Amino acid sequence: MAIILPGFIVTLLLGGILSWIVAKQSHLYARWISLLTLLANFIAIIIIWIQNMKSPASGSSWILNFSVAWIPSFGINFHMALDGLSLLLLSLTFFLGILSVLISWKEIQSRVGLYHFCLLWVLAGITGVFLTMDLFLFYFFWEVMLIPMFFLILIWGHENRRYAAFKFFIFTQASGLLMLLSILGLYFVHGGQTGIYSFDYFQLLGTALAPKIGMWLMLGFLVAFIVKLPAVPFHAWLPDAHSEAPTAGSLVLAALMLKTGAYGLLRFIVPLFRDAAMEIAPWAMAIGVLGILYGALLAFSQTNLKRLVAYTSVSHMGFIMLGVFSFNEVAAQGVVMQMMAHGISTGALFILAGMIYERIHTRDIREMGGFWMKMPFMGATALVFTMATWGLPGLGNFVAEFLTLVGVWQVAPMLTILAAIGLVAATAYSLRILQKVFYGSPVVSMELTDLSFRERIIMGALVISIIWLGLFPQPVLNTSIEAVNVMLHPNNKVEASVLPSLKTGDAFSLREKGGSDE
Amino acid sequence: MSDLVWLIPGLPFVGAVILIFGGTNLPRRLVPVVGAGSVGLSALMTLFIGFEFLTATPTAQSYQQVVWNWIEASGFSVAFAFHLDVLSLVFIFVITFVGFLIHLYSAEFMASDEGYARFFAYLNLFVGFMLILVMADNLLLMYLGWEGVGLCSYLLIGFWYLDEKNGYAARKAFIITRVGDTAMVIGLFILFKTFGTLNIAGIQEQAPQLWVVGSSQATLIALLLLGGAVGKSAQLPLQTWLPDAMAGPSPVSALIHAATMVTAGVYIIARTHVIFELAPIALFTVGVIGALTLLIAGFSALTQYDLKRVLAYSTISQIGYMFLALGVGAWSSAIFHFMIHAFFKALLFLGAGAVIAAVHHEHDMFKMGGLRKKLPLVYWTFLIGAASLAALPFVTAGFYSKDQILWLSWASEKGNNWLFLAALIGAFITTVYTFRMVFLTFFGEVKTQVTRVPGLAINISLVVLAILSTIGGFIEIPHSMGHVQMVTDFLSPVLPVTSIRPGIESSEWIIQLAAAILSIGGLLLAYFLYMKRPSLHFKIKNSIPHLHSFWLSGWRFDSLYDWLVVRPFVYVANINKNDPFNGPYNGVVRAANFFHRILSFTQSGILRWYLIGVVIGAILILTLGIWL
Repeated sequence: MAIILPGFIVTLLLGGILSWIVAKQSHLYARWISLLTLLANFIAIIIIWIQNMKSPASGSSWILNFSVAWIPSFGINFHMALDGLSLLLLSLTFFLGILSVLISWKEIQSRVGLYHFCLLWVLAGITGVFLTMDLFLFYFFWEVMLIPMFFLILIWGHENRRYAAFKFFIFTQASGLLMLLSILGLYFVHGGQTGIYSFDYFQLLGTALAPKIGMWLMLGFLVAFIVKLPAVPFHAWLPDAHSEAPTAGSLVLAALMLKTGAYGLLRFIVPLFRDAAMEIAPWAMAIGVLGILYGALLAFSQTNLKRLVAYTSVSHMGFIMLGVFSFNEVAAQGVVMQMMAHGISTGALFILAGMIYERIHTRDIREMGGFWMKMPFMGATALVFTMATWGLPGLGNFVAEFLTLVGVWQVAPMLTILAAIGLVAATAYSLRILQKVFYGSPVVSMELTDLSFRERIIMGALVISIIWLGLFPQPVLNTSIEAVNVMLHPNNKVEASVLPSLKTGDAFSLREKGGSDE
Repeated sequence: MSDLVWLIPGLPFVGAVILIFGGTNLPRRLVPVVGAGSVGLSALMTLFIGFEFLTATPTAQSYQQVVWNWIEASGFSVAFAFHLDVLSLVFIFVITFVGFLIHLYSAEFMASDEGYARFFAYLNLFVGFMLILVMADNLLLMYLGWEGVGLCSYLLIGFWYLDEKNGYAARKAFIITRVGDTAMVIGLFILFKTFGTLNIAGIQEQAPQLWVVGSSQATLIALLLLGGAVGKSAQLPLQTWLPDAMAGPSPVSALIHAATMVTAGVYIIARTHVIFELAPIALFTVGVIGALTLLIAGFSALTQYDLKRVLAYSTISQIGYMFLALGVGAWSSAIFHFMIHAFFKALLFLGAGAVIAAVHHEHDMFKMGGLRKKLPLVYWTFLIGAASLAALPFVTAGFYSKDQILWLSWASEKGNNWLFLAALIGAFITTVYTFRMVFLTFFGEVKTQVTRVPGLAINISLVVLAILSTIGGFIEIPHSMGHVQMVTDFLSPVLPVTSIRPGIESSEWIIQLAAAILSIGGLLLAYFLYMKRPSLHFKIKNSIPHLHSFWLSGWRFDSLYDWLVVRPFVYVANINKNDPFNGPYNGVVRAANFFHRILSFTQSGILRWYLIGVVIGAILILTLGIWL
């Protein structure tokens, strides 16, 4: 079973190459191959999810574990493991991956093969990031997802794509290098203490760090993650990258790539550098609140639709900073919900922006208006996702934001109040989108057709998902709760539940042949 | 039957889903059948379930139904669960029945509108969310209904979206109520931290054990909940959205003002009365807000030209009465007035809608006149509603409900002379503006042509509501006149009976007499000003132009908020549009470019430059070597 973990990545890599090759025959082949690859992965992950819903893995938060030695002399393993959190994020990745192929069906007409190659390789990198339990490998995938994304923006982007692509690349690359330094630092500190030089996550978990060293190492990781997240003031790359990327690029960036930052905070910062993280927690939470308010303020004044949505992401990711660094279990559940719900709702808004662009070839909301009359279907879906953005109860984002705030209230009431003000600001910018684009008198001389069948499938799937997350969030919460709590309390729970099972392998399906965990 | 409680809010949602997915494909005839039918069924369900609930043996205080577990995470647990007791039953009854009549009315009123299905979908959602609000067994689910209602008000106020003005009014309503909601949500955070639950019954049980009367935490929470309540119920200081909410179609106004939305604030305070009773300061604040609001809105109503704006201000004012009643601990009186107000205000708005449609969408009362001959049924029903609003003694339902509030605002242990005085002045003003509206619209010379006469559906709704606005009052008759206490008795399992200051019960008739005199006095004044000597009110207006425009603009609250909040926000947002955080990063880029240019200058490819460079370098190194 566990072989499926690298299998996910390999299929994506191979699917990408195959798409590129067959695109010479027909563009349609490339699209279908990408679609089927992602569909297969999606079905596989859903099967794993359903199986583990029936029999909740008691005692361990880990569902699958795969490990082979890669470069043993440096303690580098090809180690991947799946827990509830990564399960959820993989489901999201493959689900939105499918949609990103579908939305590119008509939009992308040049270099179709290369496009799908890049798209699938980005997704492979993201999948790797969510699965890897070896820090060296983690860094590798962190870079893998960066480069194809760079090309996606550079080749298929809008007018200012060059600037945006390089900005994106430099920001993430530079911050990634700091993480690499920290990874190496952690590797040597741990090796010096124990004599075991290893990049393995589980090995490194218990590393005792002197406060000062711990702080510096933590900051290295933190910079990489909060640039990706992004947190103010490291968000400057995001509006450009999001607004210049092609639709699928924006979708993958907003819905998935930002989540790798959030994932990193939960997976690495919190358990590996607990003391250091707790020390900076008040600052980090303040940065989160700043992001919520500042992002909302900027979103309100934008005239470029995609840029507007990009700034709403900055605002929403502030909730993740706030929730993670509150070290509260309820808030952490809110963070997980926020990753899922924001992925879907903001992804949907970018898709809508893309659909509008396909029709009228502009992203300027001053040139839009009255679209409801010609495109009521699109208007209705836009309504759903703007509602999600300002946090209407009954949709996924509300569950996320409410859990986060109710949890943060336990530790930082003042910051919670400020964050709650962000909810009012969110209402203001969300309603502005609706007003400028869909209400008002129609802009004349524009041929507008409502959503096509393909587009209805895309939006329908997203609408169902966001309502499902809002009304029945329990499956998601159940899936992630153990994994998240283990990360929040590494000292008592990791020792007690995860590591023993790593050795005994009872709830772990270790790979039979060639598996080695050390 | 009780197992089907979930169907009461469920049916309108089913209707909405059918209408949304059916959309324009649905035959036009079917749209009102689905829209009004679902609410009608819901009303029937209410009858059956209410009957069964009340006659059940042994009598139950309340009935709970968990539909599913909504959110459960690390000790935070909230269910999608409904709670039925007599308080929610009164609200459900009013929402479904008045809601149904408004739907029925809309079937005709909106028949030629392009967005017929959309309209009914929103209307159904509105009723559904309001039902969730009043049936929720925990505060989070209530918040779901609460926000849903806000959403629907936004959608319906801006229903005619082609006009930017409507969109503005809709956003204004939504954002202002959202401010209150945010206060309320913070209240929920504190409640959860304190009690570890958001279940209303659980909180009510634990609160008296945990807090003493006057506890600062109880006061804080009560004030935060009050923040939510003043937003939704359009009370001071968040009342400014309601007059603009007139931008929506008239049935929407009827729904917002009568059966749903604005009464949510009254409901939540009544529902969490245990907390408010532990926080006397907060409760007193409720009363003061009510008293101030009823006066402010009353004076504004006196000066309006737009028929619907008069009604809007009168709603703010009447909800003020309900808040006043809540504030003096007259819980059941507030609920009684809510119910009666729902009847006559729905009636008045629907009547106003019929009038406005009849005179070609003219809203200005001064351009109407003499309509009583042309629209007799509308005139008579409107008159009944107006009489009830003005609380004309003995024959109208409004008299009985308002009289009770007047009496208790003085006689209750929590009441005082000032609150009573405000209520008394308010009662007088109410009659004046009410009959000003009636006289201007239906009497005098004919100024406009009637182009549309209401048909059967509209007439039925008006007549039924007119009957309810009259006989509805007889279920609660004061001591001095026969003593019927159906509402108070009915609500007694949930809401405590008001304690009255000792030894003053005998003076109740004086209050009643005063109220009756003021009410009739107001009628006579309006008659004198607008019928007998029509020139007089112009003279009065011209002698106090500033005060008049001050009241007309709703005491300038709009400009105040515009200057305090809107302009600064927009200003900051605009100057900040290009994100100053980009500055340092662009600075790095510019610096890199600058040095790049300087350094590339040295790589000119000209040999003599290189030679000079080598020589200068050699000299420098040598000099350094000598120096050091």
